[in-house]
Amino acid sequence: MTSLLERRRRRVDELAEASGRSLTADAFLRLRRNPVAIVGAVIVALFVLVSILAPWIAPHDAATAFPELQRTLRPDSIPGAQPGFPLGSDQNGRDFFSRMILASRQTLLVGVLATLIGLVFGVLIGALAGAFGGWVDTVLMRVTDVLLSIPSLLLAISIAALAARPSQTTVIIAVALVSVPIFARLLRGSMLAQRESDHVLAATSLGVPRRAIVLRHMLPNAMGPVIVQATLTLATSILDAAALSFLGLGDGDPARAEWGLMLANAQAYLDVRPALAFWPAIAIILVALGFTLLGEALREALDPKGRR
Amino acid sequence: MTPLLEVEDLRVAFTRRGEPDTVAVDGVSFDVRPGEIVGLVGESGCGKSVTSLAVMRLLPERGNRVTGSIRMDGEDLLALSDSAMRERRGRDLSMIFQDPLSSLNPVIPVGLQVTEVLTRHRGMKKDAARREAAELLERVGIPDPRRRLDSYPHQMSGGMRQRALIAIALACTPRLLIADEPTTALDVTIQAQILDLLKQLVAETGTALVMITHDLGVVAGLCDRVNVLYAGRIVERADRHELFRSPRHPYTHGLLGSIPRLDGAPGEDLAAISGSVNDNMPWASPDGGACAFTPRCPRALEVCARVTPAAEETGTRVLRCHNPVPDAEGAV
Repeated sequence: MTSLLERRRRRVDELAEASGRSLTADAFLRLRRNPVAIVGAVIVALFVLVSILAPWIAPHDAATAFPELQRTLRPDSIPGAQPGFPLGSDQNGRDFFSRMILASRQTLLVGVLATLIGLVFGVLIGALAGAFGGWVDTVLMRVTDVLLSIPSLLLAISIAALAARPSQTTVIIAVALVSVPIFARLLRGSMLAQRESDHVLAATSLGVPRRAIVLRHMLPNAMGPVIVQATLTLATSILDAAALSFLGLGDGDPARAEWGLMLANAQAYLDVRPALAFWPAIAIILVALGFTLLGEALREALDPKGRR
Repeated sequence: MTPLLEVEDLRVAFTRRGEPDTVAVDGVSFDVRPGEIVGLVGESGCGKSVTSLAVMRLLPERGNRVTGSIRMDGEDLLALSDSAMRERRGRDLSMIFQDPLSSLNPVIPVGLQVTEVLTRHRGMKKDAARREAAELLERVGIPDPRRRLDSYPHQMSGGMRQRALIAIALACTPRLLIADEPTTALDVTIQAQILDLLKQLVAETGTALVMITHDLGVVAGLCDRVNVLYAGRIVERADRHELFRSPRHPYTHGLLGSIPRLDGAPGEDLAAISGSVNDNMPWASPDGGACAFTPRCPRALEVCARVTPAAEETGTRVLRCHNPVPDAEGAV
């Protein structure tokens, strides 16, 4: 027979368990209640889904010109929607709809790669500066300050313009480099806060080696704001990459489907067929908005001050 | 008996360029014998926490000056290299802090924080360390220790966290444990449990305990000897019974008078010490010095504002006062 005391004790345990939800579970719960987060998540999910499934969704190839479209193609008239071509033709007689869909892959690739590269280097620099302090910190942070003082797009343009032959790779590198100082600065700040924290002092008082203090006790606790920033950086990376392509600093191959490039090429036909500029622009804006909303909501959800 | 820890003339000054030093600990000397429980008592800002951090060598690297000597087994801890000191922390001497929540790493399970010390100082393999960790948690009275190894700090209650911290601090059976107000963040019923646990564990393991507290109730129930700190200096030291039977320093006297007593007359006001720490006079100054407590002291004489009282030793008691409270037995 289980005694009353035992049953009560179990009940208390269960209550303790329920109130002691883990940080991540709690954040997730708060995300699900936030309409902004839902909107952002839906946009991002759709975008990722479309770009993964692009080759199967797109009815046609991105580079092939179709005679049935080219037949009515004039410099002052570009054919619109017709059976088999829901968004009509682009300026070269290719299927505009398929190109829009396939271009999402480029955008996702550039955004994710650039953010990841920026994250890795930023974390490395920030962790070094925050863990060592002293002159290491001073040197790394002054360089970071210099980079931060240049407007990000201007910096990306300068870096991309340095490349002998503009390509997708140079765009990714340029956009990644721009986000490095942001990540570095952010992580360094929270590493410094961790250094002063009680649990780091407690770990030191137990003789835990420096390496373990930095890697196990400081870094994981300092990463929260950096993760949030990464979501927001995805949005700016996508915008920056599109801007570079638009400015002709990306891979200029006209056969390639890429929203920024499509937008640039559509300029000449703005009064003939504005839809050619409209759709890529809307796509870029929507995707950037989706990541930004998600990032902001994530920041709110993880903010300890918002927890009850 | 030879002392385990000897702190002699410890001075800690916080320095800042362009400003006069702030002296937090001003020539503190005390010792701790093996297996003994020693109290460091005083109000906020009297230097008790700084003293403990200095002993652990956990003060920030820059911005302070530590002089004097801190000897453990005759070896000066202040002279050790950083790596040698790191080797001793957690193994020979360890520390428990005030706030059990912030003293645990929030992102890793409690079990890992116990095994971390075991693998480091006792060279244990992962599995063995885990078994040992479960035993340690069991010993400090955490129910279902195997499951608790995988719990995160926020999933535990305050008392349980402090128990876990005690388990971590005692994992390598250090010979000296410093507890810096270990019960301040806990509610009263848990406080008593934690103090009992500490008392029982140090008795079992033979660990000496330095108890830092502002709570004379804690001292009364726990400590063998008590050091009373005021403004960075020890003003009175005595055995627990002697101190409570007959506090000689007016400050100690005032502290004891400010605690409600069960045998006091009903409706009687508690005695208060007037003023605050900010009213202190400096112990030492170019024109001779003073007793820091003078402005707040009900027994202050003219000499108190002029001459620094020396620490005088009579029997087991050390007293730093020009005009002490008469001994309860009548002898001054």
